Amino acid sequence: MDTLIAQLQKQFRDYTISLYHQGFLDDQFTELKKMQDEFSPDFVAELVTLFFEDCEKLISNMARALDQTGNVDFKLVGSSVHQLKGSSSSVGAKRVKGLCVVFKECCDSQNYEGCVRCLQQVDVEYKSLKAKLQDLFNLEQQIVQAGGRIPQVDI
Amino acid sequence: MAEVMLPEKLEISNDTSSLASPELLHVLAVDDSIVDRKFIERLLRVSSCKVTVVDSATRALQYLGLDGENNTVGFEDLKINLIMTDYSMPGMTGYELLKKIKESSAFREIPVVIMSSENILPRIDRCLEEGAEDFLLKPVKLADVKRLRDSLMKAEEKAFNNIIMHKRELEVNDVYSQLKRAKI
Repeated sequence: MDTLIAQLQKQFRDYTISLYHQGFLDDQFTELKKMQDEFSPDFVAELVTLFFEDCEKLISNMARALDQTGNVDFKLVGSSVHQLKGSSSSVGAKRVKGLCVVFKECCDSQNYEGCVRCLQQVDVEYKSLKAKLQDLFNLEQQIVQAGGRIPQVDI
Repeated sequence: MAEVMLPEKLEISNDTSSLASPELLHVLAVDDSIVDRKFIERLLRVSSCKVTVVDSATRALQYLGLDGENNTVGFEDLKINLIMTDYSMPGMTGYELLKKIKESSAFREIPVVIMSSENILPRIDRCLEEGAEDFLLKPVKLADVKRLRDSLMKAEEKAFNNIIMHKRELEVNDVYSQLKRAKI
């Protein structure tokens, strides 16, 4: 019979794998995990927190720029998209990054409807990832609190 | 018989190395993205580097004392072994920062690495032509930093060895001339 720790560890492993398989995360996230150790156990959590704050800020900038009906500065929107693409790439947020590619194209071709659509999608996507990673970190905490080690998951 | 001064021992001083401290590379990282700053700082720390991170090229120049402002801290105290800068930054770009550093007599020898999320060949060429040590695609990997570190350490070791060899040469020549004079 599986102990609580073993059960939690299995949950953690399965959930992690599903996040990769569903395309939420890519191997940059794996690199981040490698950069974490027992002396800096919160590095990944801290970095993604910064990322989500960055998302909020940039999306707000884009929304404001797109709100200037008839006078939209597509270069400004594009610049924010570029920044979002960069930071999503740095944390392994694969779906967000993919959306940014499409979004950038809409900016470059000054496609207003396309931009508005992309903005909505990016907003939904980063929030979705935020919730999922929160669940993942909660699982980690539960494992540690139960006295177990967080397993290394090979994708 | 004339006295010959033989060196007691060859003094090999570690201070001829310009490393911040033995084995520790001091890197100045420049990036306007808060996410990327935290990322590169951690990357460099786990790669056994001492790190200073700034958020703009202007601040990098200020740190180096190249901003034209009156700088009381001598740059000799600032042992930077490597500068890593993002290419696309508002205000001064990484490319412009690279040029400024290469124009400076104090800092032109410091290797400068450009980081960019865009794989644009003309951009890469331009940076390398301007004297960049390397051009890295973001996100930068642990392996990239390791490779960089290894090649810089090798260059340091080579320079260090050259200094020692030169010192030895001078000392041997000195003994030789003394021996000649003493007609031994």
